[in-house]
Amino acid sequence: MPASPRSWLISTGRFRAIDRLRKRRREVPGEHDIAQETTDIENYDVVDDRLRLIFTCCHPALNPDAQVAMTLREICGLTTEQVAAAFLTTAPTLAQRIVRAKTKIRDAKIPYEIPERGDLPERLASVLHVIYLVFNQGYFSRADLATEAIRLGGLLVNLLPEPEAVGLLALMLLHDARRTTRTTPGGELIPLEEQDRSQWNEPQIKEGVRLVERALTSRGFGPYTLQAAIAALHAEAPSSQATDWAQIVGLYDVLLRANPSAVIELNRAAALAMRDGPEHGLTLIDAILARGELREYHLAHAARADLFRRLGRKAEARSAYERALALAVEDPERRLLERRLREL
Amino acid sequence: MKYLCLVYQEEKQEGNVPPGQIEQAKRDYWAFTEDIKKSGHYVGSNGLKHTDAATTVRVRNGKLSTTDGPFAETKEQLGGYFLIEAKDLNDAIQVAARIPSAKWGSIEVRPIWG
Repeated sequence: MPASPRSWLISTGRFRAIDRLRKRRREVPGEHDIAQETTDIENYDVVDDRLRLIFTCCHPALNPDAQVAMTLREICGLTTEQVAAAFLTTAPTLAQRIVRAKTKIRDAKIPYEIPERGDLPERLASVLHVIYLVFNQGYFSRADLATEAIRLGGLLVNLLPEPEAVGLLALMLLHDARRTTRTTPGGELIPLEEQDRSQWNEPQIKEGVRLVERALTSRGFGPYTLQAAIAALHAEAPSSQATDWAQIVGLYDVLLRANPSAVIELNRAAALAMRDGPEHGLTLIDAILARGELREYHLAHAARADLFRRLGRKAEARSAYERALALAVEDPERRLLERRLREL
Repeated sequence: MKYLCLVYQEEKQEGNVPPGQIEQAKRDYWAFTEDIKKSGHYVGSNGLKHTDAATTVRVRNGKLSTTDGPFAETKEQLGGYFLIEAKDLNDAIQVAARIPSAKWGSIEVRPIWG
């Protein structure tokens, strides 16, 4: 982190020159700071600079896409290319969006602060979203990003123990507890049912479960808490067979009502296949694909392939795995799909 | 820092508002203006006559062109402004949200250049 995060964030053009001047001045003892405003900010009672920056980046006066993009690049250190890939857009478009947002922070004087309680709900959703995206970016390759997301999630819970903030922290802890068992040393993804559960981080799971329960008993929990509750059921199950699939399907039902999405429908279909049998899951997945929404989503085809495999329908499994492989980008996922094809 | 709060509302709808509500809106505007004078936010304000009275002027290649009506045809029209002094954008948004027209129109908050 730079010494003066706010000016770091907004320094463009002439502001960069002021920064340089200021730095030079700092080297002279007893000299006054030429940017009074920055001095005041630095004397602020600091909760956490990074969290404060995230709240600034997530100001509702900024374009929502720019909020997330700027946070990922400026605060979490992702490259423009990585953020562009996450947003399915080009690097120049994204860079321009970020420049525009930074210029607005400077020109409209968006304050560098944690907002007052009354303004928090409006801001909290974006902040949670950003932290979750950072965590996801770290899921496969960047353990440091996942750890940073958890740290920020913890700070946020201390700052405002809103149910969804607690739920998100629980969700991240529970997913992260399985980190070491999720890939082989060679970097191939290991699916949940094949993971070595004895290697899961038990204390972290306990903490996650405790937080889920806390969020569920408070009114006003939402999608993050529900996903965390699902993750908790997985984390506490001794095996895939002994998992409480009925409850997981029930939680997906609630989640779908709160947050209708084809991806959640797909996850529900996979859980339902575990509860009722593969052919029931297949019917649902085929219906989702028929609507066209997830036709280009590799995990939809991978889930379908898994169900064909379990039914012993090898030819259909093969063509579905091939379709998934053609769409998958992440290396660990690709390797798992390749292994599945070899094993057929 | 100074911000200009531009008040937009639908001129067409104004004819449909009952007289009682118009009186109430005037009282609300008066009370709001007094409030922001007391809090030190107020710099200046004015209401505008309808866009029927607007004229748009351009000079191209040294030639003056004058057209009837506002610069752009929009659903809501600029109806007035408040120039305010605010600590930062959050402070300005708080003030703008209390402008009575925010309840039925829109307020565009623009930082003053310089």
